[in-house]
Formats: sequence, structure tokens, C-alpha cells
Amino acid sequence: MISAAEAIKNYEKITPKNIPLAEPFSRGHRACQGCGEVLALRLVAKAVGQNLIAVSATGCMEIISSPYPQTAWNVPWIHVAFENAAAVASGVEAGRKALIRKGRIADAGAKIVAFAGDGGTADIGMQALSGALERGHDFTYVCLDNEAYMNTGIQRSSSTPFGASTTTSPSGSKSKGQMTWKKNMPMIAAAHNVPYVATASPAWHLDLMNKIRKAIATPGPAYVHIYSPCPTGWRCGPETSIETARLVVQTRIFPLYEVIDGKFVLTRDIKNPKPVEEYLKMQRRFRHLKPEDIEVIQKRVDADWERLLGFVKATNPEAAEKAE
Amino acid sequence: MARRVGLEVSLACAEAVKLANADVVAAYPITPQTHIVEHLAELVADGHLDAEFIPVESEHSAMSACIGSSAAGARTFTSSASQGLALMHEMLYIASSMRLPIVMAVANRSLSGPISIWNDHSDVMGERDTGWIQYFCENGQEVLDLTLTAFKIAEDPRVLLPVMVNMDGFILTHVIEPILMPEQAEVDAWLPPYVPQLCLDPAKPISMGMVGVPEVYTEAKRAQVQAINDSYPIILEHWASFAKQFGRSYQPVESYRTEDAEAVFVSMGSLSETIMSAVDEMRAAGQKVGVVRIRLWRPFPVAEFTKAVAKAETLVVIDRNLTFGAPAGPVATEVRALLFSQGIQKYVANFEAGLGGRDVTRDQFKEMLAKAQKAKAAGQDMTCEMVGVKE
Ligand SMILES: Cc1ncc(C[n+]2csc(CCOP(=O)(O)OP(=O)(O)O)c2C)c(N)n1
Ligand code: SF4
Ligand SMILES: [Mg+2]
Repeated sequence: MISAAEAIKNYEKITPKNIPLAEPFSRGHRACQGCGEVLALRLVAKAVGQNLIAVSATGCMEIISSPYPQTAWNVPWIHVAFENAAAVASGVEAGRKALIRKGRIADAGAKIVAFAGDGGTADIGMQALSGALERGHDFTYVCLDNEAYMNTGIQRSSSTPFGASTTTSPSGSKSKGQMTWKKNMPMIAAAHNVPYVATASPAWHLDLMNKIRKAIATPGPAYVHIYSPCPTGWRCGPETSIETARLVVQTRIFPLYEVIDGKFVLTRDIKNPKPVEEYLKMQRRFRHLKPEDIEVIQKRVDADWERLLGFVKATNPEAAEKAE
Repeated sequence: MARRVGLEVSLACAEAVKLANADVVAAYPITPQTHIVEHLAELVADGHLDAEFIPVESEHSAMSACIGSSAAGARTFTSSASQGLALMHEMLYIASSMRLPIVMAVANRSLSGPISIWNDHSDVMGERDTGWIQYFCENGQEVLDLTLTAFKIAEDPRVLLPVMVNMDGFILTHVIEPILMPEQAEVDAWLPPYVPQLCLDPAKPISMGMVGVPEVYTEAKRAQVQAINDSYPIILEHWASFAKQFGRSYQPVESYRTEDAEAVFVSMGSLSETIMSAVDEMRAAGQKVGVVRIRLWRPFPVAEFTKAVAKAETLVVIDRNLTFGAPAGPVATEVRALLFSQGIQKYVANFEAGLGGRDVTRDQFKEMLAKAQKAKAAGQDMTCEMVGVKE
């Protein structure tokens, strides 16, 4: 099998001039106003195009796109359950592989992409995902991370950030909200030594789509973790999604990077980060935090950034040098 | 020409999957199913079976991958037992409601706790209402034949339902039996490749697994109920065509020495063979007794069963599984309900026997009958009576 670096050398890059017009995921779905998750999903579908075979986990995106007899999917789509999008995708991949080999279906270059929320990925779906990544199926897994179980009413997940108030990690006189730190899912995916891992934010839509283009061009499993603002669950204005998605990167809370054949590449170096407070104060889920709590978060974000730079240095010294 | 071979029954099951040219096998090992999947892995590794073997990380993912593979249009097989089958539970309903013709062999085993690797039917009883066609095999030949017919039935466009082939763990899966192995060409002619009605195809996009709002859920479920009820004559049709092609005939209900029987044992799976020899001994001692074996459990063969037990006054129903706090075991409950609903008066005694690998002897069957007759004479109910408990 060729390396990811080799496979993405000549990938079909999306620029402002050639943004695909086709909408494999169409309008008219039932997501909330300003939903950043559905925007991310739509961008992924656009980047893949009509050759997409989509596998969705249960969650907001599945519910809002498929109230029978209506569907927002203009491509083959399957939803089975909450925790198994990766396992279903492995079956779709294996089934097609066998049928193509036996000459029963044509190999028209279909791309299998599994979609799940942070709950469907980092919690209940972790085992199925780990298995599928380890087995090396040729598919792309997209985690649409809105940092809680939104579909069931804003309950915490292991991807909910420290300090966020959710319905199962409410802030109160004895609680600062979520008391644990966000699980680092992209690093867990990278630890599987899969050929391609990336993080993306819909505020950089071309970057997001191009990462998807690279992911689908890579043979074997690819993992893309997309930060997906949820105005309903984060209690902020529906008009603020893109701004939030930009600030989270500019504060270094959610760094944009790729891991190509194990080499870390910082896609967006943030030389002069904004204070995390700017990001936190936009969302009412953090409203209860005191200056000292924000200080704790700032320290953690600084340390995590340094750690990430350490990975870049260790795996990709040339890129690290260039950045300095 | 078929060859006669001596083969472990698990391997016969795997050979049937090979003869069926399955496209995908996704499975996770659990005793006593392991030999089935190990042999399949070997057949794929040696190039005897051109399939994708997915060594999944759990049974939940095994069934999930089977759903994906079947939805992609591939002939799909898996096998499990006990805890593994229980772990699949959630997915079994989805496989049948998505009308995916997956075939699964279940090497029946008891459920924890205490953990036990030995045979009974508690695993499959928990999956009774998952919407799968389910049948029970009695011997090795039946395992091979009925695994083959499972694909034919499941994939029939008039059926499109998953099929569960049950075989008693160890007692059946691990014994070597003489088996008539059909020729590949003969099977190929009888079982052509699977042609899906609908599948995940970019040239013809469909949405599968959509949200069932209250306005449509009931109708969707009714369609599914209808599908399994309507599958009944088609199952018989394919068993008949199998008989024509391969010379071995299968019925949803099998009767043994029931013609003039006053009392009839009702059982499922390999216990029936022991009961038959017990019946021979009881007959020799002058007792008018027979056996009715339920082969097809879902859809339940209502008319055939009723006919098979029509003449007997007493039924001795063996449940090879427990029930907790219910008036009778699952098999006996169904038998009683069925007879009652048709206005048929019979004495139905219910025993729970052979749990967690406990042997059931011919003498014990004789005792069961004696107990049942005594209770009947005394006008007492005989139900959920556990056999062979050490006091
Ligand atoms: C086995 C199982 N447990 C729980 C649920 C209920 N449930 C459905 S979606 C969901 C949360 C989804 O959260 P996430 O994956 O983050 O997706 P989001 O809705 O936030 O996009 C939960 C808990 C379920 N459907 N299945
Ligand atoms: S709850 Fe959040 S993620 Fe779900 S549809 Fe609404 S905005 Fe989108
Ligand atoms: Mg979520």
C-alpha cells in the first residue's frame, strides 16, 4: 500500500475558484439555526462528492437528516445505531471489496465515510472505531465534535471541555460544571498509526474540505476530527457559530493539524494567541466560571500547545524548524 | 455426486458457508462456536473461499459489520453463541428490520452467571423476538443442509430476512459425524450469487435506517411482521427444492412414533435423538408414546404443530432453558397458548432440562412422563419442573 504522503501528493485541491457545486447533503434538513455541526457535515459531503457512501451514527445529524419519508441524503446512506458507525463502515467496505474482486459490481471509486458525534466516537463508539482503524479498512471516519450529547439534550461526554455546564455536569454551588478534561480523540486515533489524521474547523472551510480530500485519497483508514459549534447546546447566538469556530483555533484551544504517516504538521500556527477568556465568554455554558478557573484552563491550553509542538518537532523536525 | 465424509459438525457448518460462496464473514470467537470461524478463516487463508474475513473486535461489531456488508449487497455470514449473541442483541433487531439476509450459526450455550460454556438454549431464547427466522438442527447433516438453505431462504426477494441456524454447542458442534458433502457445482446451480433488490450503490442512492416517526413506525413494523409470516410457505418451498436437488427432505415439525401416541414429548435440537431412543424403550415396554420435534421455531409452524400433536392427550414439553417467575418455560408457554387459542384441550406438562450442559438420560425422560401422568391424574399442574436437580 502506498503511503499517505504519496497518495495525497496530487490530491484534487479545492480553491475558491473550484468549490464543488453539488450538494450530496441537501438543504431542507431539520438542524437548528446556526448549527455548526450540519455545516461541517455539508462541507465534508461537498468535498467527497457524489461518490460518497455515508454511514451515520445515531445523533443529531442522523435525526435531522432522515425523518422518513424525507431524506437530506442525495447519496447512498445508512444509519444503524449509535455506537457502531465504524463497524458498519468496515462491513460496507469489506462487502464492496469482495464484490468488486468477484466482478459483481464495478469499482467506480466510491468513498466510504463514517460520521459520528463526539459521544458516538469518544465514548460509546470508541471500541468499534479502534477496531476498524486497527484492521485497516479503506474508509474515512469523521467525528463531528460538538462537545456533548446534543441529540438527547446536552448531556456531557468525554469530549466536553473542563468547566462546561451540561445537563449531566451542571454547574452548581459544589460544581464548576464538567470537572474532567476533554479526551484527546485525534491523538488516540493517531496512536493507531493510521496513515492520515487531521483536525478541522468550519471557520476554515477550504482547509476542512481539503483535509477531507486528502483523507479520502489516502488508502486505508483516515480520521478527521471536526470542531462543530452547537449554538443550542452551548447557549450562544446562532449567528456566532463561525466566530466561535475561529476563536477556538485562535486561542490554541483546538489546534489545526495533520498527522501524515505519523508526521505531525501544524496547519495553522498561532503565533499570537488570543486569551481563552475571549472564547469562553461567548458561550453561556461557561458563564459560571471564575477568573481563577479561566486561569486554570489557560494554563492547560498553553501546556497542551507546547506538547503538540513537541510532537511536531519529534516527528517532523524540518517543518518545526520552518515554523520557528 | 456427493461424497461421504467424517467431519466435525462445526466444520460441516463452515463447509456449507464455503459451498454457498459467502462474500463476507465477520465474526468474533466464543466457545463453542470457535471451530466454525477458525475453519472459515482457514478456508479464506488457503484460497478455498473467496471472501473477506473481518476479524472484528466484538460480536456487537460482528453484527454491525454484517449489516454493513449485507447492505452493500454481499452474501454475509457470522456465527456466535451465548454472551456473544447477547452482546449482539441490539443489532439483531436492526438486521431484521432493515430486511438484510444475513445468515448466522448459533452454537447454543447457556448464559452467565455463573459463567458456563456448556449447552442449553438460554442464549437463543433471549433473541426469540428479534425478527429472525430461526430453526434448530438435530445432527451434522442437518447443520450442513440447513445452513445452505438459510442463504436460499434469507435472500429470496419475497423473504429478505436474516436466518439463525441453531445447533447445540459441544453436543452437536464438537462431534464427528458422517456427512454427505454435496458437489460445489451442484450447490452453485441451486444457489446462485445473491442479487440484492436494493443496496448502497452510488449509481442509485437510497437512505437506509431512517427515523421512524409515530406516523410510520407501526406500519413499518406491521410490514416486518407480515414478512416473517409470509416467509413460511417460502421456507417450505426451498426445503422442498433442496430435497429435490439433494435428496434430503426437511419439515418444520418432525414426528416420531406419534401415530397412536397418547403422550408426546415436544422438544427442540439434539435432545430429540435421546428422546427417540427413550421412546423406543418405552414403546417396547408397552407405552404409547412419541416425539414431536420443532425444527422451525420462527415463524412458528402453527398448523403443522397442531396437526402433529392432534391425537395425543398429554404433551411433555421440554424447555432447554429457564424462565424466571413465569407460569411456564418459553416453549411450553407458546404451546399452551397455541392450543388454548384453538380451543384444544390437552394436558401440557413442562420440564426444564439439560441446563448448562447437564446430560439428560433416557431414564430421565421416562421419569418425566411418569411424573406428568401422575400430576395429570391428580389434576395438578406440572410446570417449570427442573430435571435432575441435586438436592
Ligand atoms: C446504545 C444507545 N445508548 C444511548 C442512546 C441515546 N442516544 C442517542 S444519540 C445520543 C447522543 C449523541 O451524542 P453525539 O454522539 O455527541 O452526537 P450529537 O447528537 O451531539 O451530534 C444518545 C445518548 C442510543 N441511541 N443508543
Ligand atoms: S442541537 Fe446543536 S448539533 Fe444538534 S442540530 Fe441543534 S445546533 Fe446542531
Ligand atoms: Mg455531540
